[in-house]
Amino acid sequence: MLELRKDIFADERDDNLNEVGKGTQRQDMLGHVTGTSTYFNDHKLQGMLHLRVVRSAQPHARLRRIDTSEAERSEGVRRIIRGSDVPRNLNTLLSLINFGKDDEPTLAVDKVRYRGEPIVAVVAETPRAAAEAAAKVRIDYEDLPAVFDVEEALKPGAPTVNETYPKNTFIYHERYDHQKLRFGDVERGLAQADHVLEQRYQMSPIEHAPVETNGSIAAPDTNGRYVVYTSTQALFFSLDTCAKILDLPSNTFHFIGGTVGGGFGGKVDTLTEPLAILAAMLTGRPVRYVLGREEEMQFGPPRGAERIYIKDGVMRDGRIVARQIRGYFDSGAYTRLSSYAVVKCAAHLPGPYTIPNVHGDIYCVFTNRTPATAMRGFGITGIDFALECQMDKLAHLIGMDPMEFRILNAYRDGDMKAHRREAKNTALIECVQVAAEKAKWPMREEFRRMSSRKDGGGARAAVPSTPRETAATRPAPAQQRTSYDRGLSSPPLEPPPPPPQSPAPSSSHGATRFSSVFGTRRR
Amino acid sequence: MTRHRGRGMAAINYPIGMNLGGDPSQALVHSNPSGKFTVALSSIDLGQGMKSVTRQICAETLGVPVEDVYVDTADSDTGPHCMGSFASRGTHRVGNAVMAAAKEARGVMMEAAAEELEVNAADLETDGRGNIHVKGAPHRAISVKDVAIAAQFRQGKTISGRGIFLVPLSDVDPETGEMSPATCYAHACLVAEVEVDDETGEVGVIRMDSAYELGRALNPRLVEQQLVGGAWMGMSHALYETTEPYYPDPRQGPRDFVEYLMPGPGDICPHDIAVLERPAPDGPFGGKGPGEMCANPVLPALANAIFNAVGVRIDELPITPEKVLRAIRAQGGARPQTRR
Repeated sequence: MLELRKDIFADERDDNLNEVGKGTQRQDMLGHVTGTSTYFNDHKLQGMLHLRVVRSAQPHARLRRIDTSEAERSEGVRRIIRGSDVPRNLNTLLSLINFGKDDEPTLAVDKVRYRGEPIVAVVAETPRAAAEAAAKVRIDYEDLPAVFDVEEALKPGAPTVNETYPKNTFIYHERYDHQKLRFGDVERGLAQADHVLEQRYQMSPIEHAPVETNGSIAAPDTNGRYVVYTSTQALFFSLDTCAKILDLPSNTFHFIGGTVGGGFGGKVDTLTEPLAILAAMLTGRPVRYVLGREEEMQFGPPRGAERIYIKDGVMRDGRIVARQIRGYFDSGAYTRLSSYAVVKCAAHLPGPYTIPNVHGDIYCVFTNRTPATAMRGFGITGIDFALECQMDKLAHLIGMDPMEFRILNAYRDGDMKAHRREAKNTALIECVQVAAEKAKWPMREEFRRMSSRKDGGGARAAVPSTPRETAATRPAPAQQRTSYDRGLSSPPLEPPPPPPQSPAPSSSHGATRFSSVFGTRRR
Repeated sequence: MTRHRGRGMAAINYPIGMNLGGDPSQALVHSNPSGKFTVALSSIDLGQGMKSVTRQICAETLGVPVEDVYVDTADSDTGPHCMGSFASRGTHRVGNAVMAAAKEARGVMMEAAAEELEVNAADLETDGRGNIHVKGAPHRAISVKDVAIAAQFRQGKTISGRGIFLVPLSDVDPETGEMSPATCYAHACLVAEVEVDDETGEVGVIRMDSAYELGRALNPRLVEQQLVGGAWMGMSHALYETTEPYYPDPRQGPRDFVEYLMPGPGDICPHDIAVLERPAPDGPFGGKGPGEMCANPVLPALANAIFNAVGVRIDELPITPEKVLRAIRAQGGARPQTRR
């Protein structure tokens, strides 16, 4: 089933190793196959309470009134938590790397922006008591027009989903509503081409579908600390997000995890920990907050949808001379991590091929649906689907074998990539050759002899002349700041986001900034 | 009714680690007085094998058997900072951090052994079976266990090491998108064969052949687990799954695994895989990361195979029987392309 082709690139490797390269059995295998590995939900603590959130029934509405009086009297209820109970009820995940503006409440206060958005949390003695009380929370909505299509959301007059980003797009470099990639002159390339092919591709949202749903258990510990058992994929990411939202020093929390029942990107968003800890703080008891399967599927963040337009210019001999791409990532109602995937997608253009003229505009768009998040292949899976379907169509158009067409256009060592870095350590050609061999797919001798290590660079290493666009009026913002030098930052260039509804937070909080990233800084 | 066979392919590359870098991971390695080592991490094992791959890297670097290393993950009080298990960063970033920590620990271990054997540490080597000996003189040896006892109780040395790995954060040019997104890339090409029923629009996947270049397969069985599972996920994404069947209309979303379709045991197919190893200059023993990229070539390869079988292009995922059947009808029937 799996064959190691040690003969290829053998001269670049030292295979004289003891442990690396062996198919050693996993350290945790015995526990996994006997069902005895410990996951977060295996911790049954004395006096543990159960938390359930009340979710919005509407995709976009003002909250006129939240009536919890009947729910408070419901049997077994120990506490109702509202947005005003959350110390810092506005956050964006990537504020930990100083990227983007706080745009998402833990519990909605004035408005809901997607169906399923958490509004109130109920903490009760049993899961059943929590569910019964949650059903007794009465919410008056004033419906607002909603937008679900990424291109509709960009039209003038479209409803504003998220007031932090009034035009429904994330803002890059404090000036653009998209991330650009510019390499060479795509218009000229398209004009020279023998054929031009423009196509539209649509990725649907999908669920991570882990066996273990998102969840955590928080419990008061000695010395004023809280121990948190969690399903997170990123322990310190979640810990520091909690420190920020709860406005406490990060060493207040002792996070324990590490053995997780599947993640695939769906356990980075710190969905349950802040409320579980807050409930433990407010009740003095351990609190468990675990998503049910329906919640996980519909309101746990999915891999977001993407819409991609590709326009390619190709010569009769098979060379691609221009590639123009416009992509829209459907972020849902809040940013989460989609803003990051957009830049990763732009960096990936034009795929693993050397094309002299490349032009990309990638947008992160807000719509009234469950916020999207990372998933296996984040930022890449969608564009790879579009690019490789397009490659098949181009090969068909010019009557060339699709394998040979890939090899002809493949990037090689020494080539200049569209993000202006030299290609190194490439191996696309060899993968195509070996796959063809395995599948007994006929390939001409000259293509079987080509190599990633030959015939790259030279003229292919040049950065082509790229026309400047007349847009940049504002100087580039100071880059690479961390929270430690925030005092040096220039005044904000955009209107400030709406103030948080909870008690005004101080400018400092417990979270540690890991590093800084270009572009819009958190304020 | 006819079932048409077709083949399609796709080729991809994949960036390793968080885009633009700036995503550090740390590791701590220490020995107990019996010469057994613990790796302390805050990284997560999602089932992908993080504990196992870092264990092998640590054992290889220390020069001890893998059984003498235990990896403890994800306790924020004991494990040093790690960005997290995502972006195909585990093997590359955490693996490098563990390697750095193990190198430092090995340095102390060799110094302690040198003191016991009264030789220069530079003249010593490990045999990978728990012993340290003078190069070319295997009889002048000491076990790692005896070294650990001596270090702890006689020499007062701690056989331990700290490691961090950080790819410096890259800037992005707002106008051109110039940037350093990643330091290394994995590669793949996959061929898929399908059978399309022109009466029902149903697509059956018959077989897959693939080649993956992953730097170095640090544990080929873990690699196989990723590639086989990833291909299933790609097939599921291409042909079955969606949380919004009528996107952008958000209604009709599935609520459980009865309503959310995925391929079952009867739908999967034989998959013949070749692994190529072009070591990444900055990877641990050249390793890159197979985790995310293995689902990606499956989606377009299946779409292209469907075109080859019946001549329709479905550019919207998932490629359901309904979409295939409507497209076949719109073009007046199946139009099989040249057999490959």
